[in-house]
Amino acid sequence: MSQSYNRGTVEDFGRWREFSAGMWAWIFHKFTGWVLVGYLFTHIAVLSTSVGVDPASAQAGSDLYTSTISGLESLLIVRFLEVGLLAVAVFHILNGIRLLMVDLGVGLESQDKSFYASLLLTGAIVVASVPTFLGGKLA
Amino acid sequence: MSTQIEQQETETEADEETEPEVESPGERRRAQRDERQAIEEAQRETEEASLDDENTITLKVFRYDPEVEGKQEPRFDDFRVPFHKGMTVLDALIYARDHYDSSLTFRHSCRQAVCGSDALFVNGKQRLGCKTQMSELDDPVRIEPLPHQEVVKDLVVDMEHFYDQMEAVEPYFDADETPDDKLEEQRQTRENREKVKMSTRCIWCGACMSSCNIAAGDNEYLGPAAINKAYRFAMDEREGENRKQERLRIIEQEHGVWRCQTQFSCTEVCPKDIPLTEHIQELKREAVKNNLKFW
Repeated sequence: MSQSYNRGTVEDFGRWREFSAGMWAWIFHKFTGWVLVGYLFTHIAVLSTSVGVDPASAQAGSDLYTSTISGLESLLIVRFLEVGLLAVAVFHILNGIRLLMVDLGVGLESQDKSFYASLLLTGAIVVASVPTFLGGKLA
Repeated sequence: MSTQIEQQETETEADEETEPEVESPGERRRAQRDERQAIEEAQRETEEASLDDENTITLKVFRYDPEVEGKQEPRFDDFRVPFHKGMTVLDALIYARDHYDSSLTFRHSCRQAVCGSDALFVNGKQRLGCKTQMSELDDPVRIEPLPHQEVVKDLVVDMEHFYDQMEAVEPYFDADETPDDKLEEQRQTRENREKVKMSTRCIWCGACMSSCNIAAGDNEYLGPAAINKAYRFAMDEREGENRKQERLRIIEQEHGVWRCQTQFSCTEVCPKDIPLTEHIQELKREAVKNNLKFW
């Protein structure tokens, strides 16, 4: 809405400290959604440069695909990014289920609790996944 | 709700004058007035002295007046008001206006959460001034006009756009068929009444609209209050199928229910506890059911 003057931090996201559960859920859902879209394009871009099967080198384990993946996996930053990707995806899935419930009109009174539950569950799953992602030896 | 405890106003009018020696009625009136002023002055002094104890609350009130030079730059004024049990935000504002600054401007009328005039932005949340207890709020209490609406002066915002949106959903009962005898009652089933009950409680205060992030960015979005109004009539079984189809056409347009992104901000702030998001979601389902046909 048009403003006759600037009310500064009163408006919108300057008030993030006062946001309630539903608002945070919305912000996180948008954020994780865009991250997943970004990942999808990166994923396609990276993998499309490493296709093309040469049976002989595939046998030897030195074809383009295998070397690309193992090259990425040898970088510590990629390991951490994978954990982050899991966190983002899990939250988006769980909150997506929550939103499905909201759309079906189920349990709207406890929408804040289901948001906290999805946060906690995301945290637990991410922590449990850390050994898998960071455990294998680099390079 | 204002549960203001009546202040025992000490009768300042001196009952009967002690000296009847004053001759002219004008002089007597002046003498009476002087006496009254002296008493009021003394009262105010004792009142201000009593403010020094810890039973006071500090208000930080948003001030802005585009028509007065020197007040065009928005600022916050501090008011120290005496606290009493049951004091509401509106009571405190009225006290500040009556005792400190008569130019402090805000809307209020019924003082019992019915008229919907005094929705304010108190300590970062849209609340009804007359329904919010001062004891529930952290000191200092920051009072601002509703966000996302143009400020006219101090705490008064322009509600025109909000009213336009309310009118846009045709918020009146309009049945397809009226009984032959115009005076005959148009009865509603108990179940149907229960269904729309919460939605009828809206007092047009505009708190939900102000809290809605989507409505802030999309002027055409009907907004929670208007959609709730539409729900109240679309769900009323007495109106008939034709009218319902017309209502759904308004509801399911691009800037109707589909703009809602279920942030629950409106439900959170509604002073009448209307489950706004629930109503909007139900209308979304209604719109889908109305348009999707698999047979």
